[in-house]
Amino acid sequence: MSCCGPNPGYEELDEVSRLVSARLAAFLRTLRDNGFAVGLHEGRDAASLMGSGYAEKPGLLRTAFKHLFSARKTDWEKFDGLFDAFWLGKRVRSRSLTMGSAKAANSPSLKSLRDNPSESTASETATDQIPSAGEAPEQRTGEGRMEGASRADNLAEIDFRKMADPDQIAEAHAVAARLAKTMRTRLTRRDLARRRGYRLDLRRTIHRNISHGGVPISLVKRQRKEKPLRLVMLLDASGSMSMYTGVFLRFIHGVLDEFREAEAFLFHTRLAYVSDAMKEKDPARALDRLSIMAQGAGGGTRIGESLQTFNRWHAARVLHSRSCVMIVSDGYETGDAALLGREMAALSRRCRRIVWLNPMMAWEGYAPEAAGIKAALPHVDLYAPANTLKSLTELEPYLAKL
Amino acid sequence: MKNREEIAERLATSGYIADGELATAISLMQLLKRPLLLEGEAGVGKTEVAKALATVHATELIRLQCYEGLDQSAALYEWNYQRQLLAIQAHRGEQADTILDQIFSEKYLLERPLLAAIRRDRPPVLLIDEIDRADDEFEAFLLELLSDFQVSIPELGTISATTIPHVILTSNGTRELSDALRRRCLYHYVDYPDVDREARIIMARISGAAASLSLQIARLVENIRKEELRKVPGVAETLDWAAALVGIGVRDLHDAPETVHETLMCLLKTHEDKSRVTREVTERLLGKVA
Repeated sequence: MSCCGPNPGYEELDEVSRLVSARLAAFLRTLRDNGFAVGLHEGRDAASLMGSGYAEKPGLLRTAFKHLFSARKTDWEKFDGLFDAFWLGKRVRSRSLTMGSAKAANSPSLKSLRDNPSESTASETATDQIPSAGEAPEQRTGEGRMEGASRADNLAEIDFRKMADPDQIAEAHAVAARLAKTMRTRLTRRDLARRRGYRLDLRRTIHRNISHGGVPISLVKRQRKEKPLRLVMLLDASGSMSMYTGVFLRFIHGVLDEFREAEAFLFHTRLAYVSDAMKEKDPARALDRLSIMAQGAGGGTRIGESLQTFNRWHAARVLHSRSCVMIVSDGYETGDAALLGREMAALSRRCRRIVWLNPMMAWEGYAPEAAGIKAALPHVDLYAPANTLKSLTELEPYLAKL
Repeated sequence: MKNREEIAERLATSGYIADGELATAISLMQLLKRPLLLEGEAGVGKTEVAKALATVHATELIRLQCYEGLDQSAALYEWNYQRQLLAIQAHRGEQADTILDQIFSEKYLLERPLLAAIRRDRPPVLLIDEIDRADDEFEAFLLELLSDFQVSIPELGTISATTIPHVILTSNGTRELSDALRRRCLYHYVDYPDVDREARIIMARISGAAASLSLQIARLVENIRKEELRKVPGVAETLDWAAALVGIGVRDLHDAPETVHETLMCLLKTHEDKSRVTREVTERLLGKVA
């Protein structure tokens, strides 16, 4: 590492280089706090860059560091602001700051999730370990296994919005996570059982049979590789959904944790990509990061516009031919219903199935009268209620068939 | 950094008009010996960077086009089975060991792009195009190769790189790349060029395109990109269109609004976009072009 000047013999220069290294280390920490994946290797390269003349002009150093530290477009866009703020002392626009925004913490639907500390710790134990019924409650309160299991049965039928007891909610969350886990394993197993070779692979057959002098004795067949099912979840976090958002967030966290191929988005008046935040192992921390990203949650819903953003910026990357899009929303569109219809049509062209989960569907006397849901329904392959754990479980065989 | 300005200059003479940041990225590639990952919309000229880089270094460009199902035998090396079989038939009756030594020698090895890239005398430019189309498994394998630059062939032993190639990876974002690969690479986001740069690109690429026309074309394309389109035209499309206009003999866009509208097919590639940009829209767009 040659981050020091050309004459390392002088003590003063040593001092300078020490200060510079410390400053650089602080900058790396700032980057890490802002979601950059910066390792030791990058730090070493950065030091050698500073040593080899790139530090002469701030503009040049910024460009060099930008290439080195960014790993994706979002990094690329926010890097300049961070660099200026740290090295040149300029103020950053609020968009670049992702840490500690007070406003988001007040949004009702997310706040309610974090009110109870025991709730989050309980669900944490549930995801981080291999699921076995009743283990989490046993650790927490010393209750017997039987009681945990029978409670779960009861819970399956209760509407999420009628759950008030924090313990009950915690348990519901754990069940949702476990459900996501079983869904994933079964899907994988079915995939494997179906695989068989069809066509003959001539090149490999010849290669394999060279030892027989070229007489094709053992045949090699080409197998069709099944793509794993990809689940893309779009969760409505608007005010009208606030009673359900908590459980579904928990469910999404479980799904992202377990599915290798899953992506999650949150929408209300606009769309937010939340997979990265939700991949945090610890649910409490995931919610922390989420609350920062989901500013404005709990307000109105513009489903059409959110879908438009999704189709335009994310669909190409996130969707492939074996994708299932799961939209969780009550369909109360405050924007343009016609736009929603158009975007749903565009979406249905891109993915295999669209599942629309509507928690309100199970309410007595509910009919899909809202303009939004009416416009969307023709493009939906499965329209199901999802207000209880049981109804969530019933989805699993449907997904397995895809 | 003398090196950096030199690179920018040499890129320009090779016909690639780079933005300032790209020249820095390329000088960093050499300094840190890291691959460069280029991301950006389709048609912004990612592949061209590699071609220009090969011209700058006056070296060979080795291209590996990724696709779903790309495997080692298509990317790295393969034995020439047919020749091996022939050799076995021809040497029938000889010692098994001698035949073995013979058929598993360099002569029967088919070099694929990755192996070729590390065995040249002069470091070539290795372009791994559209890495996002390859499978996850291949990406992991590539990662290993890019960090060690050596390949082990069971029958032959390990082949170490004689030279470290300049590696450029491009991605369109059809799949999220792994963090490990991203971390291994320098990153550059290639954006649509601004009007001035696009005009200079047109002039550099299309012989016979006058400065005023190039500027008009670039302005109009910039405005078209702001329209709500399903498929936003890239630089390649702009060049097609410019070539068409120059070929037809248009000197000023305002003189031939009809031709402009009819040749927009070079830019708009879906039916929906085509029907969205009506004659009125074309006229409005032309009005914005000074």
